[in-house]
Amino acid sequence: MSNEPLVKISDLNFTYDRRPVLTGINMTIPRGKVVAIMGQSGCGKTTTLRLIGGQLRPTHGEVRFDGQVIHALDADGLYAMRRRMGMLFQFGALFTDMSVFDNVAFQMREHTNLSEEMIRDLVLLKLNAVGLRGARNLMPSELSGGMARRVALARAITLDPLLMMYDEPFTGLDPITMGVIGQLIRQLNDALGGSSIIVTHDVQESLQIVDYVYFMADGKVVAEGTPDEIRASDKAYVHQFVWGEMDGPVPFQYPSAPYREQIYGAVHA
Amino acid sequence: MLESTASILRGLGRRVTSRIWRLGFASRFLLATLLYSGTSFRRFFLTIREIYFTGVQSLIIILVSGLFVGMVLGLQGYDTLQRYGSSEALGILVALSLVRELGPVVSALLFASRAGSAITAEIGLMKATEQLSAMEMMAVNPIARVVAPRFWAGVISMPLLAALFSAMGIFGGYLVGVVLIGVDEGSFWSQMQASVDFREDIVNGVIKSVVFGILVTWIAVFEGYDSEPTAEGVSGATTRTVVTSSLAILAADFILTAFMFRGV
Repeated sequence: MSNEPLVKISDLNFTYDRRPVLTGINMTIPRGKVVAIMGQSGCGKTTTLRLIGGQLRPTHGEVRFDGQVIHALDADGLYAMRRRMGMLFQFGALFTDMSVFDNVAFQMREHTNLSEEMIRDLVLLKLNAVGLRGARNLMPSELSGGMARRVALARAITLDPLLMMYDEPFTGLDPITMGVIGQLIRQLNDALGGSSIIVTHDVQESLQIVDYVYFMADGKVVAEGTPDEIRASDKAYVHQFVWGEMDGPVPFQYPSAPYREQIYGAVHA
Repeated sequence: MLESTASILRGLGRRVTSRIWRLGFASRFLLATLLYSGTSFRRFFLTIREIYFTGVQSLIIILVSGLFVGMVLGLQGYDTLQRYGSSEALGILVALSLVRELGPVVSALLFASRAGSAITAEIGLMKATEQLSAMEMMAVNPIARVVAPRFWAGVISMPLLAALFSAMGIFGGYLVGVVLIGVDEGSFWSQMQASVDFREDIVNGVIKSVVFGILVTWIAVFEGYDSEPTAEGVSGATTRTVVTSSLAILAADFILTAFMFRGV
């Protein structure tokens, strides 16, 4: 296995409608590791994921995947690269007109010449890995949120990707399902021997399963480290985020005129 | 006064330029759809599935509407023709009205409301629920896999539906004119057979319905693909599909008619 990191992000800037979304991002995703990108909603986590997937082009800087600069690839090169990636979307993004079985079989039917018998065996194998072999004939509308996420996970790993990306995998799940998804992410990463990136704001669940954490705020990386280093961090932003404090660098109050001034103004208006 | 006039002009200019930009974007989208159409024919079952949803499931509304339009034509046509003592020409009137105009136009308007809106809503919802993004991340081009089969299904279905609409309309005209009112059956059919020209009337009608099929499905797939990924965005796109398609059908009908039937 090469020592070169699987994903390397260097001096990445991204601007949307003249508004800077990401500024000077540097990240490294080593092979075989699970890395979390954490931060508040709107801090640029999902945008970073979409830049890694080649769905957006950086304004400045570069993203390398397995040595290749992603935004320098043409359409065919990009699709070839994406075959080595898997992505779990926030709410699964299952194809609603297909059964669980057909959802998981989708990529195999699109990209391989495998026989239907072989596809059937592989789909059952993947569904078994997420504990849903018995649900293969259900439609997405018949699944709970957690089940849909697990089916989407089985679908994302059908071609044994080198890199798995998870966009908010724990959102809206009960604690048991959250634990199941967390353990599946770790086990699948170790079994497939690839790397994983988890974009999340669920601190406690993520810190149990990841190897390294990047903290983002306002489109920048403000802290990074192992889970233990993050827990012990005395940086005000990280402390507030990890321990869920009400006030801190991220203020409780939406920006407004001073309270006293507004009350005084209202009385004498 | 000068300031408000300038503001109105600026607003007008902005709207015009944004419409032109959008038209350019829609044209590029159509080009991409044509470019990535290989899958729709190589794996023709994808297109057949969409023909079922857009074409077969529109049959009821097309057939029933065709029957009633033909029956109304029979009644109105007889009322006018009998004033001039030429009620035997009812067959010609019904057939030409349907094959040249009402068949392609009314079936296209119904197709836009029934199938066009459904295509837009489906693609828009696929976008809102990230199904299109998921497909892209699985290295599957959504234009080739989702858009092109729906586009070709619409283009194939539309002339077939227009033909069925016209056939049903002629049957409706026959029911009212011959069975109900008592126009001579021999005159009804023989005059129709003698006066309807295959090249001039039927082929031109088919050309019209193919053009309408392209317009309606192009607008429907584009509006769905370009919709805002929200409930409001999808609802707005669906409305725009019906309104824009209807106007495009009527405008294209005038242009095509002007070229096809110049009183020659």
